[in-house]
Amino acid sequence: MKLRHLTTSIMAIGLFFMVACKSKPKDSEIMTTVSTAVQSTPGVTANVKEGVVTLSGTVSTEEEKTSAEKAAKSVKDVKSVVNNITVTPPPPPAPVAVTADDSLKTAVADVVKDFPGVKVDVKDGVLTVTGEEKADRWKTLKMALDALHPKKVDAKGLKVK
Amino acid sequence: MALQDKYKDLLDTATASGVSDLQVAEQDGVLHINGTAPSGDVKDKLWNIYGQIDPNFLSGDVVMDIQVATAVTGAKLTVVTESTNLNIRKGPGTDQPIVGKAAHGEIVTLISKMNEQWWLIRTDDGAEGYSYAQYLQPA
Repeated sequence: MKLRHLTTSIMAIGLFFMVACKSKPKDSEIMTTVSTAVQSTPGVTANVKEGVVTLSGTVSTEEEKTSAEKAAKSVKDVKSVVNNITVTPPPPPAPVAVTADDSLKTAVADVVKDFPGVKVDVKDGVLTVTGEEKADRWKTLKMALDALHPKKVDAKGLKVK
Repeated sequence: MALQDKYKDLLDTATASGVSDLQVAEQDGVLHINGTAPSGDVKDKLWNIYGQIDPNFLSGDVVMDIQVATAVTGAKLTVVTESTNLNIRKGPGTDQPIVGKAAHGEIVTLISKMNEQWWLIRTDDGAEGYSYAQYLQPA
């Protein structure tokens, strides 16, 4: 009787180890597949433990977060997915580089010398145009002023003939 | 975003005409448009559309700088003064001595760009110096 118990116990322990051992390489297999699956979403990394996938990293949109989760879920043997991905929207575009007043003043002086009827004041990056000029000449001037990268070209005080 | 709607035609045309490095940003109520047009014609077209949306450019809600891609070293440039000669100066600045002149409509060669305003050019007669880019257009 004792011997039979022992045999059963050994078998049970053996079976337990087989299962336990078998589950370990499985995680690494899942890991490989999941990693490939989420590769299409840059910035996302995956970790697998006992069939549970944990996603982490940073993406710029909610869609990318969801799609990475879907991709991970679709992998065989994945029990569940913990989605720890953070969504950080891309930073707003860099502010427009406005030329400094000193450089603007020098450049504006060079430009307007050929437009005797026009005066251009420079203040805080804003060019205020006054006087009067023919429409096509004003267009040429406006092109030249815009090319200096001011903050604004205010020509409300200009009379266009 | 309202400004982008107002100038939608302009922005769409810029994209459709192959303007490269197109940057559009709205700041303090002014739409800043920068880019490089593949030709002088495209630049002209964009300025015409801008002039249609904002007659005589009086609203002051756009600052547009469109460079022309063909204005590269060795390019031929036409002198586009109103009627007078174009001064060629020793250095980049109107305070610099005049070393030569190029006639209205004359073709000169671009050697280099000191900056967006002052370009180093050479006439067919061999006069070399700086001229104001506003009066030079890719031929």
